[in-house]
Amino acid sequence: MSKYIKFFVVGVFFGIVLVKSEAVSWYRIFEMFKFQSFHMYGIIGTAVGTGIILLLFSKMSRIKTTEGSSLKVPLKESGFTRYIIGGTIFGLGWALCGACPGPMYILIGTGISSIIIVIAAALLGTFVYGLIKDKLPH
Amino acid sequence: MENILQPWPWYVSGPCIAIIMFALLYFGRTFGMSSNLRTLCAIGGAGKHAEFFKFDWKSQRWNLVVVLGAIIGGFIAHNYLSNPINIDLSEATVTDLTTMGFTDVGQSLLPPELFSWDTVFSIKGILILVIGGFLVGFGTRYAGGCTSGHAITGLSSLQLPSLIAVIGFFLGGLIMIHLIFPILF
Repeated sequence: MSKYIKFFVVGVFFGIVLVKSEAVSWYRIFEMFKFQSFHMYGIIGTAVGTGIILLLFSKMSRIKTTEGSSLKVPLKESGFTRYIIGGTIFGLGWALCGACPGPMYILIGTGISSIIIVIAAALLGTFVYGLIKDKLPH
Repeated sequence: MENILQPWPWYVSGPCIAIIMFALLYFGRTFGMSSNLRTLCAIGGAGKHAEFFKFDWKSQRWNLVVVLGAIIGGFIAHNYLSNPINIDLSEATVTDLTTMGFTDVGQSLLPPELFSWDTVFSIKGILILVIGGFLVGFGTRYAGGCTSGHAITGLSSLQLPSLIAVIGFFLGGLIMIHLIFPILF
């Protein structure tokens, strides 16, 4: 059980950050796609900027993970079709219901019970992808 | 304490998200929230219907623990770490949404026009949430990641596939908000 505590703590912090930053708000996502505020771009931009620095730093100092292996980011397979089509489908849904997978869970905690419907539909979407995966261009 | 109770500015929130990503890598894992949808399908027995769900989901339990933490983090932040104030949206956004018939814009986290149970029990209301959720679940697995996996982790590690995926995210988002939304509202 104790090996899970650190993941629980990371999750709690994640939930707090996304609520306090208002990134879980449908309004903020709408505003972002309307280019009417810098807020979300600032969040994503500084997250990526800090992420680049942290990863460069860990590479240079050869930091090891707590499990003893070298710290590496898993590489995505090369490709184009799946990323652009899959990404666009995701973007359509993200803008419509204003929630990507992280915020979906977090919003349960903020007491928005109807988000359960979005999560159930997302599970169905994932299931259908699994069913027809081999028929899709990747 | 007062600073914590106020909404956090982007230049605090963004680096915090990067630290979350880095912590998971440091623990020998990776930051990816949509993977949990596949894990939950597998737990529900989807492996009987598709190879895609036949994997050792128990190896993904750590990520479900992150989700559990995130739900509780959301509860704590909303109930104990927030002053009840409106979301500081741009005036243009408030005007646009008001014109589209939204009321009390920004006075809660999510618009009641989409998420109140009264709306959910209308045909249009339920369709928006179900179609939106379905597209998110289908699209993330097709693209192999969502905002956490591609936009944060993938871009931070300078991976081209993630850049393509993020361009897709915005393509889809812009089509929805600028072309489809005006038809819906």
